[in-house]
Amino acid sequence: MKRVFLFAICVFGLGILFNGCGSQPGASSASQGVRKIVVWHWMTDRDEAFQELAKKYEEKTGVRVIFELYAPSDAYSQKVRAAAQAKALPDIFGLLGEKRDFAAFIKAGHITNLIQEMTADNSAWKNSLFEKALAVNEFSDGNEYGVSAGIYGVPIDVMNIQMLYNKGLFIKAGLNPDSPPATWEEFVAACQKLGAAGIQGLVSGWGEVWMIDCLASNLAFNIMGPEKVFATLRGEVPYSDPDWIKVFALFKEMADKKMLASGIVTMVNKNAEQAFANERAAFAFNGSWCVNVYHGMNPSLDYGVLLMPRVNLSRPMYIWGGAGSSFLVNDRSLVKKEVVDLLKWLTARDQQAYLAQKTRNLPSNKSSLEKIPELLAAFSKGMENVTHPNVWPVNELPRVIERFDKGIQSIIIGEKTPEQLGAELAKLKAEEMAKKK
Amino acid sequence: MSFFAEKIKQCYTLVHEAPVKKKAIVGILAAITLECAFLRFHASGVFWFIVYTLVTGSLVFVVVANLIKKTIGSFIFVVPALLIFTIFYIYPFFKVLQLSHNAWDGISPIMDFVGLSNFKEVIGDKIWWGAMKNAGYITLIALTFQNALALVLALACDRAIKAKNFYRVIFFIPPVLSEVVVGLIWRWIYDGDYGLLNHALLALGFKDVVRNWLSDPQTALTCVAVIHCWKGFGWGFMILLAGLQTIPRELYEAARVDGANVWQSFKNVTIPLMIPVFVLVAILTILGTMQVFVLILSMTGGGPGYHTEVPVTRILASMQGSSMFGYACAQGITFGAILMMVSFAQMGISRKLKQA
Repeated sequence: MKRVFLFAICVFGLGILFNGCGSQPGASSASQGVRKIVVWHWMTDRDEAFQELAKKYEEKTGVRVIFELYAPSDAYSQKVRAAAQAKALPDIFGLLGEKRDFAAFIKAGHITNLIQEMTADNSAWKNSLFEKALAVNEFSDGNEYGVSAGIYGVPIDVMNIQMLYNKGLFIKAGLNPDSPPATWEEFVAACQKLGAAGIQGLVSGWGEVWMIDCLASNLAFNIMGPEKVFATLRGEVPYSDPDWIKVFALFKEMADKKMLASGIVTMVNKNAEQAFANERAAFAFNGSWCVNVYHGMNPSLDYGVLLMPRVNLSRPMYIWGGAGSSFLVNDRSLVKKEVVDLLKWLTARDQQAYLAQKTRNLPSNKSSLEKIPELLAAFSKGMENVTHPNVWPVNELPRVIERFDKGIQSIIIGEKTPEQLGAELAKLKAEEMAKKK
Repeated sequence: MSFFAEKIKQCYTLVHEAPVKKKAIVGILAAITLECAFLRFHASGVFWFIVYTLVTGSLVFVVVANLIKKTIGSFIFVVPALLIFTIFYIYPFFKVLQLSHNAWDGISPIMDFVGLSNFKEVIGDKIWWGAMKNAGYITLIALTFQNALALVLALACDRAIKAKNFYRVIFFIPPVLSEVVVGLIWRWIYDGDYGLLNHALLALGFKDVVRNWLSDPQTALTCVAVIHCWKGFGWGFMILLAGLQTIPRELYEAARVDGANVWQSFKNVTIPLMIPVFVLVAILTILGTMQVFVLILSMTGGGPGYHTEVPVTRILASMQGSSMFGYACAQGITFGAILMMVSFAQMGISRKLKQA
């Protein structure tokens, strides 16, 4: 009897072990005849709204949608990579990373090209969404990654990264909250006035280096224009060029004139958000997702949105933005038609308006804009000036990006001069380009 | 059967009792041979099968040689552990070794074989060696400050003092706390504007010392090192205390009868008998501290600049930040090899100390 029992346990254990290897949610749902779609995401702030929408969708269509939340985003990212290796991705998933990661997933056959669905019925679905949000998920003909042209993701919200200012602290420092700084000089003057009143200037999560990268590229686009930035990325203009030195010098100026919040170089964005929400700094550099975050931290916070003050008045100030989060369709899903129908429904006007109101994020559907809160409307004005590395024709090499961002940290802490960083980056870029060849 | 058993036992004894130098030379030669064969036959499935079988076979050999006096039945009980070890330890090791010779983004089904160039890059990577230096600095502080504190407290608790169990519990609280929580709490304590430390310093009149401790390149690494010691001294304390309690009391009594004072007893009784424990604590400290990661991530994220970067954060940056999985694996293997060398060197030193 004991032996039989042990044998049964062994068989059961092996069954579980082998069942866990290589199963596909789409495959299992289809094979069982159950209309079920599995979605993986990392957005803790949107999970409740997603669950609510899943219920509505099931009532409407009979298709069960399971939103599975995996947070924090780092852990989610690892999970998606591991699942891709095991070919066990769900029907729908989000991807965190750069365009080259996106391209690698497509080339490995994990993501469906949605161009046909997007362009059907006179491009009805495509036209309903913000063009710049779609661009992040788009690969054009002859792209540098060697991916077939198409649209590989559906944006479920839109974001952009801008400057915010605290109106109450402006009044306290004797500044006019109705006319925030529009030029670099005005910004410097405002920070100095705030400093004199004992108020910290700019806070941002520059311990997460991509945020430094974001501001630096905004300033670079404004100072030298996109073409020269792209020429640098292609290796045609060195980082020791005077225009780049000018960009780096702005960070030195901010540090020297004490315009930055204390400890900014090791501050993660969550701490920076807390500092701004608790009125410890007058300016913040943050994305449109912050409307929801600040509301949670301090509902009575009175603040406004402004474009990053311009250094070169003859050029516009470009900002990073586009699709906030996108959903991608697993190319191996056996319920692809149902998955596309769900995504169409999720990005339709009413659902987008619901998500925008519930989660305070900018909707990806153009027609949902009329129903959004005032602060989000202010953010949406910046969409005209949006750009993003994922839509650039060329991208920087990973090692150069890291050294660029860490180098700016070094300038802020007074360890390097802008010229030193420029020379160091020019040398590294040449080395990396030589390796690439 | 008994003939084979005898032969296996003889072979095992021969290997086991070989001098350390011989073992080291054979080990290095085996590694070089493996590497050369790998460079030549990396694409061959047969090669991988042979290597995997050889390593698994060696493991079986060690197990069989150890169990040879017992029944074959007892060997069967070892099989599950052996299977788990080969699947979850040996296979991943070879996979990492294979990846370290390839350029791979972690997703693409195709890997480009690049030979030893990832390792060449690691050798020339100044940031990597800077991170090693940072980890070495934290390790040095842990080896001295942390272990000295652990020894003093263990000596105190080894004596007949009041409420010694209470102290044992108190000293062991930091190691059981979550590293992320500890990192975040200390981040707040070190905060430049609202931190407790600066508040206390200001209250005591040390206005000039006040700073943003974790954003200042002069202090960031030391601050992390101090917290690492605070978090880790409890382990050393427990092991050292256990070691102290194994020393027979009669030896101290005999020393006292011979006229030895406290220092002489410590120097001539405690230290010689504690050498194996010191070595164990030192090895654990080095291995644990060189791999420090969570504290760094929760306190500074490796910044400002590269001032608190350590090898594991660099491996993570290569893997996640830059999607260079092959390079990250080469960093991992280099790091593992360095740690192994340090551990072997320490074991050699301890053997010499014991002989002396």
